[in-house]
Amino acid sequence: MSEITKVDYIQHRSRRKFLKGLAAGVGLIALPSKDAAAAVWDEFFQRHFRELSRDELKGVIARLEKDYSKKFAKQVTVKTTPPIEGVLYGYGLDLSRCIGCRRCVYACVKENNQSRDPQIHWIRVLQLDKEKGVDLSHAEHYYNPDKVPEKGHFYMPVQCQQCEKPPCTKVCPVQATWKENDGIVVVDYNWCIGCRYCMAACPYGARHFNWGKPNLPAAEMNPVTHYLGNRPRPKGVVEKCTFCIQRTREQPGRYPACEEICPVGARKFGNLLDPNSEIRYLIENKRVFKLKDDLNTQPKFFYFYAT
Amino acid sequence: MKKQSFSNQWLVFAIVVSALLLSATQGHAVRVKEFDRSGKLVVSDKTAAEQQPVYDIKNKAADKTFPVPRPPFSDGIFPCSQCHIYMKPNPQRRTLTEYHTEIVLHHAEGQRWCTDCHNLLNRDKLRLVSGELIDFTESYRLCGQCHGDKFRDWKVGIHGKRTGFWNGEKQYLLCVHCHNPHDPKFKALKPLPPPVRPGAARH
Repeated sequence: MSEITKVDYIQHRSRRKFLKGLAAGVGLIALPSKDAAAAVWDEFFQRHFRELSRDELKGVIARLEKDYSKKFAKQVTVKTTPPIEGVLYGYGLDLSRCIGCRRCVYACVKENNQSRDPQIHWIRVLQLDKEKGVDLSHAEHYYNPDKVPEKGHFYMPVQCQQCEKPPCTKVCPVQATWKENDGIVVVDYNWCIGCRYCMAACPYGARHFNWGKPNLPAAEMNPVTHYLGNRPRPKGVVEKCTFCIQRTREQPGRYPACEEICPVGARKFGNLLDPNSEIRYLIENKRVFKLKDDLNTQPKFFYFYAT
Repeated sequence: MKKQSFSNQWLVFAIVVSALLLSATQGHAVRVKEFDRSGKLVVSDKTAAEQQPVYDIKNKAADKTFPVPRPPFSDGIFPCSQCHIYMKPNPQRRTLTEYHTEIVLHHAEGQRWCTDCHNLLNRDKLRLVSGELIDFTESYRLCGQCHGDKFRDWKVGIHGKRTGFWNGEKQYLLCVHCHNPHDPKFKALKPLPPPVRPGAARH
């Protein structure tokens, strides 16, 4: 009896040793090389953006700038510009002017470093029937005629509506997305776990998932970036329009890229809290509607008719 | 019979009261309630005369000017006087055969002719209906003579495109940067490619 126990014991010991050795071996192989190690561990243990201390944030930004500059072979800056006091951004889009030329879509891709392949577009231009009005069940966004506008149609670009009550931020299980004080809904790409709940919650289809490794040609990469905006994203995270946070939060702040490119001047942008801004003028003087107003998401994106 | 005299009494009473009220308001200050653009109620005491809008044409303040880029002239065409100074001004309405033949007027052409907007004697200027001569950089005033609603929207940045800074200096575009003044309808464009259909890459 004691003989059997002894054998068992010996066998048990050796199996445990073997497993230990195996774990150590696998661990050693999986460990990153010496110079990369620090950065990888730093990234792995990086805390939520809003919980970072000033020094930690400095370290994070330095690490990101170094990584991106190396990867894209140019000097990349990552800004963390905070919201401007007394500013609530609002956007206006003139449906009586838009001709559906999609210039905004590609200006946005270029400015905000979206993946080219797999393709990600933050703006989607819908072609609608004039007879049916804003009836999304008849929307077509793959239209491709020789010339736009086409007869009997009008066009409605849809992007993030920067809701005052965003359903997407409510469902995030890790709070990787939130609404900033200037009304912009942002994502911490380092905190996002890629569960895509927010995409299901968004009624505007404004959030996009990096299903594959983003393909961003180094020559076309925009090196002026913001941590919460257009910095290059990894695979497996959700991204969205941020009203060009890297431009609009500056003093003086440039217009968003889509506003700047629009050949018909259908896009308007400004501060909702400034009574003299163009966005306030159009809300007070033009016919305005909000997309899916009945959902009470309270978009800060106003479709209007100037005529 | 009794009912009728009753309504007659009412009628007389109403006339007397309204006459009293009218005489009381004449020449006296009236409380005026107005709503400004942001919907705020503004109450002011104004006499009837003050309520009439006053247009002081002679002493009116200079119009606000708008920073615009150089007008989109064809190459080498401006100043116009470099050629026109050697020509005798001809106000006759006619079909041009030698120069400017590429211009096809499609802008109320039935009522209009070159010199309605281009000044006859000084070709480097545009001409308003009032006879005032303006520079090409101020052409929005010329367009605004007819398209007042668009002009009003353009001034506040709603019609047309503004670039620059949303909280700083803004650059306007002239009407003629987007609309050919001789054929103003906005021209159709080739759209950029549509998005890739999901799953298209897999097949």
